[in-house]
Parts: sequence; structure tokens; C-alpha cells
Amino acid sequence: MSQNNGSSTSLRLKTGLAEMLKGGVIMDVTNAEQAVIAEKAGAVSVMALERVPAQIRAEGGVARMASPKKIREIMAAVSIPVMAKCRIGHFAEAQILQELGVDYIDESEVLTPADEAHHVDKHAFKVPFVCGARNLGEALRRIAEGAAMIRTKGEAGTGDVVHAVKHMRQIVQEMKILTVLGEEELYAKAKEHQAPYELVRMVAKAGKLPVPNFSAGGIATPADAALVMQLGAESVFVGSGIFMQDSTTFADPEEAEKRAKAIVLAATHFNDPKVLLEVSENLTGAMKGLAVAGMDEAHMLQTRGW
Amino acid sequence: MKIGVLALQGDFDAHRKRLEELGAEVLLVKQPAQLDEIDGLVIPGGESGTFLKLLGNAGFEKLKHFARTKPTFGTCAGAILLASEVENPKQSGLGALDIGIRRNAYGRQVDSSIRQGKLGESPIEMVFIRAPKIERIGPGVEVIATEGPDAVAVRQGKAMAATFHPELSEDTRVHRAFLDLVSNGHKK
Repeated sequence: MSQNNGSSTSLRLKTGLAEMLKGGVIMDVTNAEQAVIAEKAGAVSVMALERVPAQIRAEGGVARMASPKKIREIMAAVSIPVMAKCRIGHFAEAQILQELGVDYIDESEVLTPADEAHHVDKHAFKVPFVCGARNLGEALRRIAEGAAMIRTKGEAGTGDVVHAVKHMRQIVQEMKILTVLGEEELYAKAKEHQAPYELVRMVAKAGKLPVPNFSAGGIATPADAALVMQLGAESVFVGSGIFMQDSTTFADPEEAEKRAKAIVLAATHFNDPKVLLEVSENLTGAMKGLAVAGMDEAHMLQTRGW
Repeated sequence: MKIGVLALQGDFDAHRKRLEELGAEVLLVKQPAQLDEIDGLVIPGGESGTFLKLLGNAGFEKLKHFARTKPTFGTCAGAILLASEVENPKQSGLGALDIGIRRNAYGRQVDSSIRQGKLGESPIEMVFIRAPKIERIGPGVEVIATEGPDAVAVRQGKAMAATFHPELSEDTRVHRAFLDLVSNGHKK
């Protein structure tokens, strides 16, 4: 594969895979059995993890990249793309994941950050990266560093969709504002968003991010998926909501499969309340969850990343 | 002339844009009944296994009938769906093209590439993303594009498929060829 020269070629291939994932659901899994359930339910990709965010939140400790052995098992079990997370700024974990052959790396606030000032230089990698963002400035800083996909941060591991909604609305609204401003106003906006002027100008022209924009962080039900898709998300990441009963115990595999199938259908038919009712009706419960409004800021994962 | 783009999942929006640029009226197809409203269908890139799950049995049967009688063009996952045999892993195909196809035949995402191939005799850019390979070509299947030794776009009757993504390149020739196929059928 010798013709991947030049960073624009590389970015086209990286965002190209994100294009293929649109309208789909990317599911967090912690072992091969869960990965197979996710694939059977119609997931477009799985995120290979040691622990899902709800467990990380409940158990505490330092959360790191999953063990390569575990990721390899998951890669061998399914034919859909496999993603894995590295810590913010931990380029050595990213190098290992690239060598392993994962299809996407999530430089994620769900893991304990490894660098308090810098994110990974994602241009230096052949494997594409997705990064979280709470607002347009954060999204554009990540894109400047080479991210080929953005997802809202939301508040991972809570099963509470409120901050996924907040961040999606924030990004969409900030983009809308740019589209009506004059050339000279964009310079000030670039300063305000602490983002490169060229990217601010690109968004002002197109009215959207130059890379696909997905949603994550607290999506737990088919209705949640439909909500963020209607707000402008192009795909959804579902973490703890499928395989967890509460923050420490796994859901029954049959129940998990039903939830997974329902969310997949909801992501496709997000605009069709008839289908949404049908898929919601077949479910008996959702993850218990943790209300974000009652949380201390110190316990939030979304404030990680700079 | 109304062209449907199967919009269950995948890069359907890239196809929609390209077809609209070329003057076609586009319908995003999410329900089987919408197949009755269109003159031709594009099946986009994405995850072919996910497409099958979202189609369900009834959707699959309806789409099979459509793809075998009306102009249908699939790229990447769409090409996999149109094939008669699918490997790695084995899965059902619509059988509109008598080809055997292998999923993820080049490797993983780090093996994705942009290459120069040939459409007929003229050079064309080809974007391959976790692409499949056509491993068997039945009699009656015409090769319309090649990359090195490999057939990467084929046609049989009114069905057409490419293992690469013309919707992600600037070049519009492949989509124009499909629209020609649809309008020829229209005249007859």
C-alpha cells in the first residue's frame, strides 16, 4: 500500500472510513462475546475496552489503553471495524494501537489523561483518530491536530443524555453563527474559539465541520439515539448503555442484544416516530444511570482535554 | 428520472450529492415500499452486514427483486450486497451480479489506499476503504474498471458495482455511466 503519500490523501482515507460509519451505532465492548453480540445486532463498529465508562467511574483508579491481547481477541471475533481508546496525549499508546492494526483510535477523556497540556499529534499517524469536544473551539483544535472524526463528549458512563445534547446544540449553534458573519468578524471568532482561522473560515463557508460529527456520552435508549441524530449527529457511540445493568453489573446478554438491535434501528429511522415506538416497545428496561445534574464537576470526565 | 439511494447506513449522503450535481432527482430510501417510486437505486458504502440486519427478510426479498430487474449500482458494501457469493465471512447476497467477492480483502483501515486505476482504457482515481475484492467473475459479467490485475468495477445487465468509492472522488464518470444505464432503460 505504497501510494498513501501526502497528508491530504491520508486525511481523505481517514475521514472516508468515518463516512462509511454514518447513520450507524458504534458500541463499547469489553470482550469477544460482547463484540459478537454487537455485530449481530448491526453495530457498524465496536470500541474495544478493558472496562466500560460506567465501570471506570464506579471503580476509580487509573484508566489506561486496553490490553493488546484483549483488543486482538475482539478484532479476531468480528468483521466490522474495531476502535480502541488511548489516553489524551499518550502517543506511545497510540503507536501500539496503530501497530496492532485497530481501525480507529479514540483519544478519549474517559481514560486518565497522560498529558496536561498536549494532545497527540494525530497527523503523524496513518490510523485515523476520533476525539471528543464540548464546543466548536475544542472540535477545531482537535481537527487541527489531525482528528478525522469529532464526537460530542457528553458525560460518559452516566446513561444521562443531557450533556450529549448540550454539546451537540453548542457546536451546531456556534457553527450557525459563523455562517452569517462577515470576513473580518471571523478573525475575532477564531480568537474567541481559540481555533485556527483557516478552520473557522472553512466552517463559516460550509456550515458544518470539515470531518464527520458523531455523538457520544450518556446515550442509553433508542429515543436518546434519535434525539441526538435529530439534533445533527451523524452517528452515535453507545457506551455503557447496552451491556450494563447498572454501573457494576452486566445486563443479561439477551437483554443487551435487544437493546443493541433497538438502538441500531433507531439510528437509521431517527426521523420516523412509528419505527421508534415499535423498537422502544420491545424493551423492558435501560441502564439505571446517574443523573449528571447531581454530579460534582470534579467527577466529570468531560472537563479532561484542552 | 428519480434515483434512490439506500440510506439505512453508510456514505449515502456522498452519493446523494454526486447524483444531484449530475441533475438527478434523489430519494433517500429507508423503507421497502419506497423502491416502487424510483427508476434506479444506488447502494452506498458502509457495513454490508449492518445493511442486511436493517433490511430484514422482507426488505431483502423486495430489494432482491428490484436489483434483478431495475438499474442498481453498488459501491464497496453495495458491491458486496449485489454479489452472488460473499466470503470472509460468508453472508447472503442479492445475486444481481454473478460474482464472488471477498470482504476486507486488502486488510484493515491502515491498508486503505487511494490508487490510480483504469476505467475502460482511461486513468481514474480510486479510493479503496477496507475494500472487498472480486475473486470470481461469471460469464455474462463485463469488467468496466481495473486496478493492476484486479477487476474493480463490473456490470451485468442493469446491475453495476465498484469495489472503490467514486462518490469520494471528484471524477463523475462512474456515476454518469450509471445514470446513462438508467436513462437507457427508461427509453425502452
